[in-house]
Amino acid sequence: MSRYGMVIDTRKCVGCQDCVIACKTENNVPIGYNRDWIVTETHGKFPDIQLEIRTERCNHCSETPCVSCCPTGASHIHDVGGIVLITHEKCIGCKACVEACPYDARYIHPDGYADKCTFCIHRVEKGQKPACVEVCPTYCMHFGDLDDPNSEVSKLLQSRKWHVNLPDAGTQPNIFYLV
Amino acid sequence: MITELVELSTTRNNPHIDPSMAMWEWQIPVYLFLGGMVAGMMIISGYFLFSGRHKESNCACFSIPTISIVLLSLGMFALFLDLAHKFYVWRLYTTFQFKSPMSWGAWILILVYPALIANILIRPAAWMLKIYPKLSEWAGKINQHPFLIKNIGILNMILGLMLGAYTGVLLSSMGSRPLWNTSLLWVLFLVSGLSAAAAFVHLFAKNKTESELLAKADNGFLIVELFIFVMMFLGFLSSPKPHMEAAKLLLSGAYAPVFWVFVIGLGIVIPLIIQLLAVNHKIRHTAIAPIMVIVGGLILRFVIVSAGQYSHWFNAHFH
Repeated sequence: MSRYGMVIDTRKCVGCQDCVIACKTENNVPIGYNRDWIVTETHGKFPDIQLEIRTERCNHCSETPCVSCCPTGASHIHDVGGIVLITHEKCIGCKACVEACPYDARYIHPDGYADKCTFCIHRVEKGQKPACVEVCPTYCMHFGDLDDPNSEVSKLLQSRKWHVNLPDAGTQPNIFYLV
Repeated sequence: MITELVELSTTRNNPHIDPSMAMWEWQIPVYLFLGGMVAGMMIISGYFLFSGRHKESNCACFSIPTISIVLLSLGMFALFLDLAHKFYVWRLYTTFQFKSPMSWGAWILILVYPALIANILIRPAAWMLKIYPKLSEWAGKINQHPFLIKNIGILNMILGLMLGAYTGVLLSSMGSRPLWNTSLLWVLFLVSGLSAAAAFVHLFAKNKTESELLAKADNGFLIVELFIFVMMFLGFLSSPKPHMEAAKLLLSGAYAPVFWVFVIGLGIVIPLIIQLLAVNHKIRHTAIAPIMVIVGGLILRFVIVSAGQYSHWFNAHFH
């Protein structure tokens, strides 16, 4: 079994939005919609301030409320890499999955179906990297198989400190942020 | 003194999602209200059939199912209006997804209609007999078997319970929205549905005993509803921060005015006082209290759906 995930180095990310533009270009994301985005978090009391810049997207969680709430099976777990995908022809546009995601990672496409990041599975299955990872100018993004202990992502997680987003929401996200 | 702050900014601006979730609009609360009220009416009608009240010529159990079918269909139409991919709606009925409350709901709705029709067939209305005279034959056959009528009553009560409960489970299964994420929500929606149904049937019931019984029952439902609110908030206020903040949205936050004034005050407490006086023969029954209860039930669904979507987890790493 493989489990695809991302490891993102927040110490390298400058929030340039190259990943956002690459995703929109690669996946024909409609104007005004985002499958990935940049979050800037500032914390502290002046002048003692901490900053973290993160590129965020669907976390392709291991526990998937968006899949279990789907009444038609449109929202499903893909055979390869355990990633979460949507079959557009099965989606009725009920929006339950949009509500069920604690990351608000999904949206309703103007054509009516629920849509979100696919980890560019069409590229990955051809041996390429997801578009956002491919274009990152600071090389802060890493994609790979978390179940393979020798993969780049697994090794990074063993050697560096990391966090995930909303661990308390209980969805076991598969995107990790190095700190 | 300046405390430590967390500032989050995002470049995402997806329609109906940012800055706060507002995906479900008026259609969903309208449906949840109508579904809940029909569920309550099925339980009331089922109980009347079960307890042999159908022997009374003017039992409300003969008019309830027809009105229920109309209201439920209106609710389902609202639900259909909400769908963004309307031409694919049939996909609901080519599968059953065990873990999806919405899939359960879709199939429960399919079962609700035959139960309501069976209830209608016990004594079809005059206009139905005019259109299809054969109905009186069927009604005659059903009425030969009191056991069958009792079972139609049980069926209506069970399906009413399932329908009423599912409208709450639909929301409470979403761990992503703290305000919905309480296992008391289905009880709240079921009791609120029963209360609105009792009020509604009280308004048109021709049988004096039934009308009086429903006013008394409604008082009971309203009191239970108040208790459920107390328990629900106790649960939230002793939960992690996102749930606590969610409860505060209703108790003291942005939704507090509409919650306290329209849901609790005008929707429960005032009509409860009016109806308590009425059942104790201090004042006469009027349409005021039942209408307040019904409108209060509708506003409750709007508040829960809207505030629930607004309630959220905090996507902050440092805190």
